[in-house]
Amino acid sequence: MEEIRLIEVKEDIMSDNDAVAKSIRHRLAEAKTFLINLMASPGAGKTSLILKTHALLKKDIRIGVIEADIDSMVDAEKVAAQGAAAVQLKTGGFCHVDAAMVQKGLNNMNLGDLDLIIVENVGNLVCPAEFDIGESKKVMILSVPEGDDKPLKYPLMFSVCDVLVVNKIDYLHMSDFDIEAMRERVLSLNPGIKIFEVSSKTGEGIEAWANWLKGEVISFVTTD
Amino acid sequence: MHELQVTQRILDIVLKHAQANNVTRVLSIQLRIGELSDLEDEWVQKYFDYLSKDSVAANAKLKIERTPVVMQCDACEHSFPVNIKEIKAFQCPECESKKCSMISGREYYIKDMEAI
Repeated sequence: MEEIRLIEVKEDIMSDNDAVAKSIRHRLAEAKTFLINLMASPGAGKTSLILKTHALLKKDIRIGVIEADIDSMVDAEKVAAQGAAAVQLKTGGFCHVDAAMVQKGLNNMNLGDLDLIIVENVGNLVCPAEFDIGESKKVMILSVPEGDDKPLKYPLMFSVCDVLVVNKIDYLHMSDFDIEAMRERVLSLNPGIKIFEVSSKTGEGIEAWANWLKGEVISFVTTD
Repeated sequence: MHELQVTQRILDIVLKHAQANNVTRVLSIQLRIGELSDLEDEWVQKYFDYLSKDSVAANAKLKIERTPVVMQCDACEHSFPVNIKEIKAFQCPECESKKCSMISGREYYIKDMEAI
C-alpha cells in the first residue's frame, strides 16, 4: 500500500504578485516617482478627482495617469484631453489591477519625466484591496450616495488604505449619510487612515486633499 | 471575483512542490485564508477541479481554514478577536484604548498537502 505523506508547502499564494510589486517599488524609488493606487466603486468619482487634482497640481508637479478599465478608453481620453500623460490598461475582464499589469503600464511611460503617477483601479471595492501594485499610498474614495455602511460591507478595503476621500459631500444635506458614524467605523478598522471630505463638483475640500498629496510627493521626490 | 486567478496560483505552487517531492497523486491541500478575504470556498474548489483535471492534483480536496480577524491594542499589546462585519466601533477589552492594529485576518497561505 502506498504511504500518504504530509508535504510542507508554507508558501504565500500572493507571493508572485508581491515580488513584482516589490520590484516596481524599487524602480519607482530609483526614478523618484510617487505612485498612488486609487480605488473606489464605479461612479464614486475616481476620474473626476484625478482631473481636479491634476488641474490644481500640474504647475507644481509632473503627473501621469494609468487608467485601468475592463474594456474601454473613455477615462484615458478625458485625462489626456486635459494634458496629463495617460496610459490605458485594458484588464480584459479582470476585476482588479495586479502588479504585472502596472509593470506593463510603467514600461510605456517615461518615469524620469514624472513626479506622480495615479493608477485608476477598476471600479470595485472587493478585489483591488487584495493586490499590492507597488504603490507608495493606497487611496480610496467613498461617495455619499453609496451610503455610510460601506465600511461594514467592505472592511478589507477600508483597512488597507492610507487615505479615504469622502466625495460628493454636496449631497450630504439630501441624504441620511451619517458622516461621524462612518468616520468612527473607519477609524476603528484603521486608526492611521487620513480622511478628506470633498466635492469634486463644487470644489469644496479638494485643495486640502491636493495640498496633502503635493506634500507627500515633494517629500518623496526630494528624500535621498 | 478573482477566484480563478488565485486558484491557478494555488495549483502552480502545489504542482511545483509535487514535482520536487516525486508525488504521484495529491490527495488534499491545506490552506489558511483570512476571514477578510471574500473568496468563496465552493468556487475555489470548483475552479481547482477544472484547472487540475489533467494533473497529479486532480480530485484533490482543498481544506480551507479561515483565520479570524485579530486586533492588537497599540497601548497594552492585548490581542483580541473581532467580528468585523458586526461591530461598529471597537476598543481594547483590557484598557479600553481605541488604537488597535490588525495582526491577523488577511492571510493567503498554503500550509501543506497530503500526497502519495
